[in-house]
Amino acid sequence: MPLIETNDLCQRYDGRHILRNINLSIEAGEVLALIGPTGAGKTTLLRLLALLDTPTSGAIFFDGANVAGSPRFRLEMRRRMAFVLQKPMAFNASVYDNVASGLRWRGLGRAEVRDQVERVLEMIGLSADRNRNARTLSGGEMQRVAIARAIALDPEVLLLDEPTANLDPVSARRTEELLAAVIRQRSATVILSTHDLAQGQRLADRIGVLINGEIPQIGTSRDIFVSPGSREVAEFVGVENILDGTVLSSAEDVVTVDIGGGLIEAVSDVAVGQRVSVCVRPENVTLALSRLSSSARNSFTGKVTWLSSAGPLARVHVDCGFPLVALVTRRSAADLDLHIGRQVYVTFKASATHVIRTERDS
Amino acid sequence: MTEIWQGLVRAIELIVTLDAEVIEITWRSLTISVIATVLASVLCLPLGALVHFRRFRGKRLLISLVQTLYSVPTVVIGLLVFILLSRSGPLGGLNLLFTPAAMVVGQVVLIIPILLGLTISALSSVDRTIADTARSLGASGPQTAVLVLTEARFAVTAAVIMAFGRAISEVGIAIMVGGNIRGFTRVLTTAISLETSRGDVELSMALGLILLLIALAVNLTLNRIQR
Ligand SMILES: Nc1ncnc2c1ncn2[C@@H]1O[C@H](COP(=O)(O)OP(=O)(O)OP(=O)(O)O)[C@@H](O)[C@H]1O
Ligand SMILES: [Mg+2]
Repeated sequence: MPLIETNDLCQRYDGRHILRNINLSIEAGEVLALIGPTGAGKTTLLRLLALLDTPTSGAIFFDGANVAGSPRFRLEMRRRMAFVLQKPMAFNASVYDNVASGLRWRGLGRAEVRDQVERVLEMIGLSADRNRNARTLSGGEMQRVAIARAIALDPEVLLLDEPTANLDPVSARRTEELLAAVIRQRSATVILSTHDLAQGQRLADRIGVLINGEIPQIGTSRDIFVSPGSREVAEFVGVENILDGTVLSSAEDVVTVDIGGGLIEAVSDVAVGQRVSVCVRPENVTLALSRLSSSARNSFTGKVTWLSSAGPLARVHVDCGFPLVALVTRRSAADLDLHIGRQVYVTFKASATHVIRTERDS
Repeated sequence: MTEIWQGLVRAIELIVTLDAEVIEITWRSLTISVIATVLASVLCLPLGALVHFRRFRGKRLLISLVQTLYSVPTVVIGLLVFILLSRSGPLGGLNLLFTPAAMVVGQVVLIIPILLGLTISALSSVDRTIADTARSLGASGPQTAVLVLTEARFAVTAAVIMAFGRAISEVGIAIMVGGNIRGFTRVLTTAISLETSRGDVELSMALGLILLLIALAVNLTLNRIQR
């Protein structure tokens, strides 16, 4: 039985649908990352799961029990979880008292509270600041205290809303390391939201993509990144080449797609006449100065229209009758003497594509 | 002019020599108003939290009604309490009229609006996220209320001190339901008004000075808190 289950969860504010038919099933001990653009409804969903708000419709089951019970029952359920809000807010009290607050509310004894708080302060590296007023902490320190406040409770479920947003890269990395350690050490079920895809991949077992109040896809990070289930997911997970077209013919698992500016061969079993989007990751696109006699099915000539750097790589925009982006090493960009207007040969394998069925044009 | 000076000197003499009557009246004033303030606080802090955290119809209206009552004339409350406590009134059986207890009741009624209104606005000045954070860490409703009150502690203390200032400086209720009985219900304000009309300006001035000192102490404390 899943530890947390939601059933057609909907949330509306002022008549606006913020969440629509969310059906989640989370196993005990699992780490789930909710990724999605800003305004997608991540905070709204986490607030519902943390029992801070009640949904417009739908139900949440925690450990098999519907949580839409009496306030007393909801409090009891809430005490099995801990939620770190998106905006960490210090209580106007010492760091020690901040971390101790949840334990005291649960009626733990003095000694127990002290042991637990000291242990957690040690873990987040703020033992020396225990008597400082938490309002005087920096943003990064406060975020760690907020996490400490939650993990001090040893919750069965730990909910984290964008734990590293609004932090500088160094604090963000420290906070993420802390979270990774927490996840490793404990058997807690963790649900975190982030708009940092890479962070989701690093921390989570499973990723749920939340776009416009819906979860179009949920799965392992491999599933999501290699075979996004919809055009929106593909866009969000950073597939730069999404080519819309119609399947012209199909033979032995390879389809030919007419994308207007050209024909593309892709591994897929969709039917002829189907509208599709063909995804090609830019790192799978190869550039050369002469036509390569490779097994790659897709080969085009094009002109470089734009070059930009992406860390150790160069992002090359090529016009081959349709726009295509390729990622190459800076080294090979130099070897190929790439510059705007340069003619190049572009190839990618039919197996390096991913085909998504799209609705008929409306 | 010399009369005033002589009066003032006599008044200061009365204070520094710890004149028995001056001390007694001051002590009674402080006791009655402190008790009234404590009782009103015990009532208004939880009530304020309830109004703040609960959502109900007419909440806005209630709050503006409470705010309107900040400046209700003391004689109106005096009259109300008088009617309630008079022999034929609904609470006449308690025989409280013209006792210090009646004055406490009157002052409690007088300062409830201020204390309630200022408690509610103190609570609303606390970021909503504080209450959410508390609940997300497993605080119950009352525990959340206590936390938010603690977060607003300066504003809440200021409200209590202001209420005390209003209680100790009012005269209408003290006269009407206390009766200014010497050695029993006579307090600073009633003594001042009576002694002045009887021509004992020296005692009035001494008591007036003390009242001023108390007001000064209240204001200094408020300033310290609000800084
Ligand atoms: N209490 C509310 N009343 C009205 N609208 C709300 C409320 N809370 C959230 N919304 C709206 O719901 C939408 C989703 O908000 P939410 O905070 O859940 O997004 P999010 O995915 O967490 O975004 P971000 O990444 O910026 O934190 C937004 O358009 C927001 O304006
Ligand atoms: Mg959010």
